[in-house]
Amino acid sequence: MPIDIDIAHVARLARLGLSDAELSHYQAQLAVILDHAARVQEIDTEDVKPTAHPLSMVNAFRRDEVRPSLDRTEVLEQAPEHEDGYFRVPPHLETQ
Amino acid sequence: MSWEPVIGIEVHVELKTNSKMFCGCRADFGAAPNTNICPVCLALPGALPVPNEQAIEWIVRIGLALNCTIAPESIFHRKNYFYADLPKNYQISQYDQPVCTTGHLDVDLDGETTRVAINRVHQEEDTGKSIHVGGGGRIHSAEATLLDFNRAGVPLVEIVSEPDIHSPAQARAYAQQLRSLVESLGVSDAKLEEGSMRFDANVSIRPTGDEELGAKVEVKNMNSFRSLERALAYEIDRQTEVRESGRRIPQETRHWDEAAGITQSMRSKEGSSDYRYFAEPDLVPIVISEERREEIRATLPELPHERIARYVESGLDPHAASVLVSGEMGLGALFEEAVQNGADPKQVANWLTGETTAYLRKRETTIERTALTAAHLVQMTGMLTEGRLSSSAAKDVLAGVLEGEGSPEDVAAARDLIQMSDTGAIESAVDSVLASNPDALEKLRGGDMKPFGFLVGQVMRATGGKADPKVVNEILRDRAAR
Repeated sequence: MPIDIDIAHVARLARLGLSDAELSHYQAQLAVILDHAARVQEIDTEDVKPTAHPLSMVNAFRRDEVRPSLDRTEVLEQAPEHEDGYFRVPPHLETQ
Repeated sequence: MSWEPVIGIEVHVELKTNSKMFCGCRADFGAAPNTNICPVCLALPGALPVPNEQAIEWIVRIGLALNCTIAPESIFHRKNYFYADLPKNYQISQYDQPVCTTGHLDVDLDGETTRVAINRVHQEEDTGKSIHVGGGGRIHSAEATLLDFNRAGVPLVEIVSEPDIHSPAQARAYAQQLRSLVESLGVSDAKLEEGSMRFDANVSIRPTGDEELGAKVEVKNMNSFRSLERALAYEIDRQTEVRESGRRIPQETRHWDEAAGITQSMRSKEGSSDYRYFAEPDLVPIVISEERREEIRATLPELPHERIARYVESGLDPHAASVLVSGEMGLGALFEEAVQNGADPKQVANWLTGETTAYLRKRETTIERTALTAAHLVQMTGMLTEGRLSSSAAKDVLAGVLEGEGSPEDVAAARDLIQMSDTGAIESAVDSVLASNPDALEKLRGGDMKPFGFLVGQVMRATGGKADPKVVNEILRDRAAR
């Protein structure tokens, strides 16, 4: 079953800048993956209980208690850029 | 053609837990940037989230207070999108199995009650905070973004209404009443100015009578109840204009610009499928038994509508009762404390819902930022009852107290507002006024009461406005009867 993929849209969602050649290359690869997923979807799951998780456990909670945080200086030193205790990154407002 | 606005509101409430939603970092507001961060909330490789039990109890509390169904089993989902304030590149949220579904809030506005249906209440985590720097601080021309992840991972509850709201005023009433509900539950500071309560609105218009909904526009960045009301009024007008000129409304997100008083297009809205929700594999389901649910229900405090009913029963009018409970924050607590300390409920309610509320609106401030205390209210209403303060002087006194000039006694003394209740002094003032107006006195004695008001006015003037008008009236009547 051929699946219609808007590959440019998918690339944009993943913030990938791809050339036209790359787009068609990945489109073909993605089509194979989706085709496989479509085949899995054909399996009769009438008698299978829906599951969101492979473990049978539920309610793994922690108490509302404060634990020590990391040392800021040490953390910021590992960032490409920082300023006055903040991480500094390129401007990130979406304007499309 | 007439148009009907259709409004749905999404409210985000930050819970006031000690620690974050999925890690043990402090969740409080106002710490130095990036001091409450750890591998989990920074999304360092291999870190695993563990949900905060208290947050789960509190979202159930919110759901129960909103008459929601509490799901016996619910799960977390990942909402995927890229933004620098979201370290994991996904937000842990809930999708099709939230903790609470289908509830309602009854909203009072101008004596009418409308039921606003709640679609869902779900648990998620907050994002970090961005500051755009350079380019004169303008968001569109920033040179860089500074990030503080203290807020990343703070428990956030999203309350989504159905599009049951049909006017900006109703939207404001809904938001305010929701705020007082959340506040009464003790689960959030619900402070708009600190961002612990935030709202987005989905607005569309349709020809009155139509069933079908128009393209919806999401409006963001409304930081006060007033701006919510203003932004919606603007957006409804804008959409009406566009539709009447024959154009269509694109589905989009718009940013409310408070200073300019307009909404501006931000970005085309991502469709739900663009978020590629999938079940969070790091977290197991949340199961809430009937027994646990009822245990939490038993901890619900007196809710706002119950409190309003109690105030009305004790003699307040319904409007005053609802302003005390859902109006400016903190009025209710002051009222309760003043009344417990012997102040007359009706008098205190009047001063709080009238003058005090008007003052807070005008100054765009909150009750906590003023100097007014319950003890001040007890003292001032006492002075009124004793006749030492006229109600017009009390307005000045209250203004002085709110400004931090001291107690009502201090302000009244400093501004020379203590009412003259010394009968002897008032009597001599009345007598001297009558002596210089013999004709007026004659008329009174002849049964013509026309000059009465004039004479009262003269006495008030002679006493610098400090005579108790009641006493002046009594003495004048006495003189007329002689």
